[in-house]
Parts: sequence; C-alpha cells; structure tokens
Amino acid sequence: MTPGMFDLLGFGPQGWGLPLLQAAGITISAALCGFLLGSVFGIGGATLKLARSPVLRLIGQAYTTIFRGVPEILVVYLFYFGGSVVLTTLLNTGGFPGFYSLPSFVMGVFAVGIVSGAYQAEVYRSAYLRLDRGQIEAGASCGMSKFLLLRRIIGPQTLRFALPALGNIWQSALKETSLLSVIGLTELLRQAGTAAGSTRQPLLFYAVAAAMFLVIGRMTGAVLGRMENHLAKPWRR
Amino acid sequence: MASVNRSVVAHNTPAVPAISVNDLHKRYGTVEVLKGIDFRAHDGEVVSILGASGSGKSTFLRCLNLLELPSAGRLQIFGEKVNLRPSGSNLRIGDRNQVDRLRTQVAMVFQNFCLWSHMTVLENLMEAPVHVQRRSRGQVRDEAEAMLKRVGLIDRAKAYPAQLSGGQQQRAAIARALVMKPRVLLFDEPTSALDPELVGEVLKVMRDLAAEGRTMLIVTHEMAFARDVSSRIVFLEQGRINAEGLPQELFRGGVSERFDQFIARFNQG
Repeated sequence: MTPGMFDLLGFGPQGWGLPLLQAAGITISAALCGFLLGSVFGIGGATLKLARSPVLRLIGQAYTTIFRGVPEILVVYLFYFGGSVVLTTLLNTGGFPGFYSLPSFVMGVFAVGIVSGAYQAEVYRSAYLRLDRGQIEAGASCGMSKFLLLRRIIGPQTLRFALPALGNIWQSALKETSLLSVIGLTELLRQAGTAAGSTRQPLLFYAVAAAMFLVIGRMTGAVLGRMENHLAKPWRR
Repeated sequence: MASVNRSVVAHNTPAVPAISVNDLHKRYGTVEVLKGIDFRAHDGEVVSILGASGSGKSTFLRCLNLLELPSAGRLQIFGEKVNLRPSGSNLRIGDRNQVDRLRTQVAMVFQNFCLWSHMTVLENLMEAPVHVQRRSRGQVRDEAEAMLKRVGLIDRAKAYPAQLSGGQQQRAAIARALVMKPRVLLFDEPTSALDPELVGEVLKVMRDLAAEGRTMLIVTHEMAFARDVSSRIVFLEQGRINAEGLPQELFRGGVSERFDQFIARFNQG
C-alpha cells in the first residue's frame, strides 16, 4: 500500500514532516543571519556612500553596483567555491595537503548578507538623507556628542524611514536562501527536492515548500509591519 | 573698519561678560558674511540683534553656540576662551568636550523649532538633561513638567511634535532649552516660521523670561518686541555692527542713518 498524503507529510516512519520543519528552521536562520549581516554591510555601505572623501564614496558605490548587478547564484558560487579554493591553497602552502571546503551555512549566510547589504545600503542612505538637518543641529546645540546624536536621534529616525523598504529586502533575503541549496545546504527547497525525489511526489512537496515559504514570509512580514506602524506613530497628526 | 554708531557709552558692568566676541569673521568660500564683529553680552542682558536678511545676524548667533565655526576671531563664554584651532583658512573645534559642555550653557531656540519628532514633548525636554548633563531622571522629569506648566503645555506632555501647532512647538522648544538650566538663551528668529496668530503666545513666553532677568540674545524681525523688551539693540549691516544702543534711543532715530532706513522700511511694510 502506498502511503497517503498525510503519512508523507506527517511525523511517522514514512513522514517528511520533521525534516521539512528542520529545513524550514535552517531557512529562517540563514535568512535572519544573512539579513542581520546585511544590515552591518548596509550601514557600512551607506556610510561610505555618504562619506566626504571621494575615494570612500567610490568604494561604497562599487560595492552596491557590483552586488546588485551580479546574479545572486553567482555570488553564492563565488563565495563558496572561491572561498574553498583560497582556503585549500592557503592550507596546502602551509603544509596541510588535501582539499578543504568551507561550511555551506556560513558561506551561504555570507553570500546572502553581502547581497542584501548592497540593497540595504541604498535604503539606509536615502533614509538618512530624509532626516531633518535641523533636528540633528538641535541635538548638537544641546551638547550631544556625535555618538549620542547617532544613538538617540539619527539612528532611531533613520530606522523609522528605512523600515518600510527594509521589509521588502527581508522578503527577498528569505527567498534567496533557496539558492543556498546549490552549495548543499539542506534548507527548505533542498529538503523538499530530496523528499520529492524519493517519494516521486514532486508536486506535493514543492507545493508544501512554497506554502511554507509563504507562511514564514507573511508571519515575519506582519511582525515588521507592526514595528513599522509603531515607529511611524509619532509622525501622524 | 567702519565705526559703530553708539547711542550710549559702553556699560559699566562687571568684568566677566557672559559672552565676549573679538573680531569675529565668517567666510563661505569667497563670500565674507561676518566682517569683524566685536560684541559683549553681560548676565541679565536682553540683546536683540536686528538687520536685513543677509546681514549675517543668524550666522553670528549660530557662531555663539558653535553651530557655525568662525573663520577667524576669538570667542569667550563666561570668561572661558573657546579653543578654536586654525585649519586652512578657517577655524575648527580644538576641544570637543569643551564645546559640548559650553553648549548646554548657551542654549539655542531655532526658527523651525527642531523638536525631535520621534519623541514626545516630555521626552524632548528630558533628553539633554538626562543624556548630556547626566542628571537624575526623576528630578529632570519633575523639572520638565514644571517647565511645561510654565509654558502652558502640561496637557500636551505626551503628544508628539507633529500633533502640536507651530506656537505650541516653539513654546515646547523654549522649555526644552530652559530645562538644561542654561546661562544664556539664543533665539534665532523664533517667530518667523509661525502663523501670525501664533506669534503672540511665543512672544509672551519670551517676555516673561526677559522679565525674570534671563540673559537672552534674540535675532528677530519683531520690531515692537525688540523695542519693548530688549535692554540693548545691535544692528547688523553687511556683516558688521552698524549701530548699537538702548532701544528707546535707537528707535528715536538719528543714531544711525542705515538703522533709520531699516526701521522706515518696516513701518511702511
């Protein structure tokens, strides 16, 4: 007797429920780590693009142009295989023969982060440019140090202006993690593929994976929406 | 340098002025906005700084809080020399900590209020005393609330700036300056961004402050206010002090031809 749909998706001996949930966990962690790393790159990139020095501005410009222009999957390959080649070469010359590969989760997060950061840099930059200069001056005129200004005035207001667009970038980062299946990370898409192959039920498992992506996206989107709403409150009349 | 038209002999006030400025210059590129200002303000004085737009009066006021850095000249605040270092053809801040410390003593009220829009009115008032001056939150809260009562905004303490009228915002901004307990208050055209019917409520607050003997420097276009409230008028023209003196004497006319023309234009308008 062939197992039914609920057996296949359940948690029994023939069920793929647990592996799929674990894979969803990997997807969420990779997206979250990638996105957070991306905000570090993004804030750094925005700072470079807003710098007074033309050289720094050029570096920031190059970063956002390159990583927004190159296909994501290529970035993933470059980091994973490129990184492994560099590591192997280094270790070989250091007297450790053999081939070494980098952990796919770490390199995957790095790839998602650097691409997401390129998009986030644009968002942080334009959010910063929307700030009221007078309010920053008012802070300075009260004796606030640069750091205090950043922490109390510039940071919170930039975040408020950036948040709507950051929500979109989060959704992309979440979907981009599916590309990490190509470097062997058992995230949602790869796990669904494995299940589809071994049960010959591709429609079922890919549909389930799609539904899980949607649910994760909608749930996290709702959280971001609430944050956005909360931060926008002071600006409403 | 053009001579200054003085209506009275310089004041015989005690030695250390609250603010003392010597030969202050400010250049933007090739344009010289301030061309050598000498100025002193003593504790308890209310000085109105008048002048046509472009005369440099706002730039001058902003130099006193170091929001603008002078290109040359000396600045002393409560007898303390502000450490400014030459940098190219300009000056830059020599001692960041000194500037941050002095700024809490020389508080600024802006034309566009510049309340922090992500904070409530009460939070705006508490921000600098708690985070810059590091005073205790509870005590600052009490003082901030008392200050809001004073400017008639206690019922708006939890409102955000966007929910206030311009006049209310400016009164809140004045209260924000006052809770820092500054020794000098700088006002940069405090009523210029207000609808005419809201000007009065702000001027009333300023009148009360002047009456209690606060040291105030006010850049303004409110001639009647300047005449009635100031202890001294400084008239700037093209980056220089053209005339200086008691309001009643300057407004009587005959001290400075340029000032008389300036006032005449106002009265026509």
